[in-house]
Amino acid sequence: MHAAVVVFPGSNCDRDLAVALERAGARVSMVWHKDTAMPDGIDLIGVPGGFSFGDYLRCGAIAANSPICRAVKDHADRGGYVLGVCNGFQILTETRVLPGTLLRNAGLKYICRAVPLTVVTADSAFTCGYQAGQSITVPIAHHDGNYHADAETLRALTAEDRIAFRYGDNPNGSADDIAGILSANRRVLGMMPHPERMAEAAHGGTDGAAMFDGLVQQLEHA
Amino acid sequence: MKARVHIMLKTGVLDPQGEAVRHALGSLGFDGVNSVRQGKVIELDLKDGTDEATIQDMCERLLANTVIESYKVEIL
Repeated sequence: MHAAVVVFPGSNCDRDLAVALERAGARVSMVWHKDTAMPDGIDLIGVPGGFSFGDYLRCGAIAANSPICRAVKDHADRGGYVLGVCNGFQILTETRVLPGTLLRNAGLKYICRAVPLTVVTADSAFTCGYQAGQSITVPIAHHDGNYHADAETLRALTAEDRIAFRYGDNPNGSADDIAGILSANRRVLGMMPHPERMAEAAHGGTDGAAMFDGLVQQLEHA
Repeated sequence: MKARVHIMLKTGVLDPQGEAVRHALGSLGFDGVNSVRQGKVIELDLKDGTDEATIQDMCERLLANTVIESYKVEIL
């Protein structure tokens, strides 16, 4: 399985994401945001967390218009797999690859702590390593993670089983306790929590590892 | 020519920053502030003759996130 991890100025979880994917057995190429194309034969694109372009204008808005995001969007439009974590999720909503947007946390504070999540669906390459209903602990680290979408979008996300993760104890005001959502074809996942920061024992927990293990296994055989 | 773009959160979208400002005004003794909504203003210095449709396009594609924000273009 060959993954590309996009690097923006201000990305700070790019190496963590690459290490988590490599640990699960993926080959990883780092791709600079000014590049206009992905390496050939990419199975998965990772859009990492951080502060691309200092969150100017809106989180992810400038990054969403950088040259590489055209390639990310094309990859998603062709049915390719994309994982966006934290700022990566914000970028995927700004590119409209995923619906809705992330508002300022309801409590206005930046929150950095491990939180309980419920795996809502195991029906995706990202969540097949979990059981639906399983409770896991994964860290969040964001100021703008308050998921917002109109009522119709929220209904569709529920009806189509596209909510991947919900917060056990909603830390940021997200609609329907949403922590992560899938695209209609279930091949794009955006989530605010950081599974790559809970992927080996030294992180204090390994609940995020199943995502990368499941993903690599599924895409190896795809 | 210059244009000014006013961007506001749409009605119904929670504005926690505006809410925090409202609280702070209350604690300064300003009674009767029922609500505060915070937005942003972007000033553009443009080539003369730029039409409003082009500025609208800028708003749709970058300056505003129309999922949550509305915008108004003012030609100065």
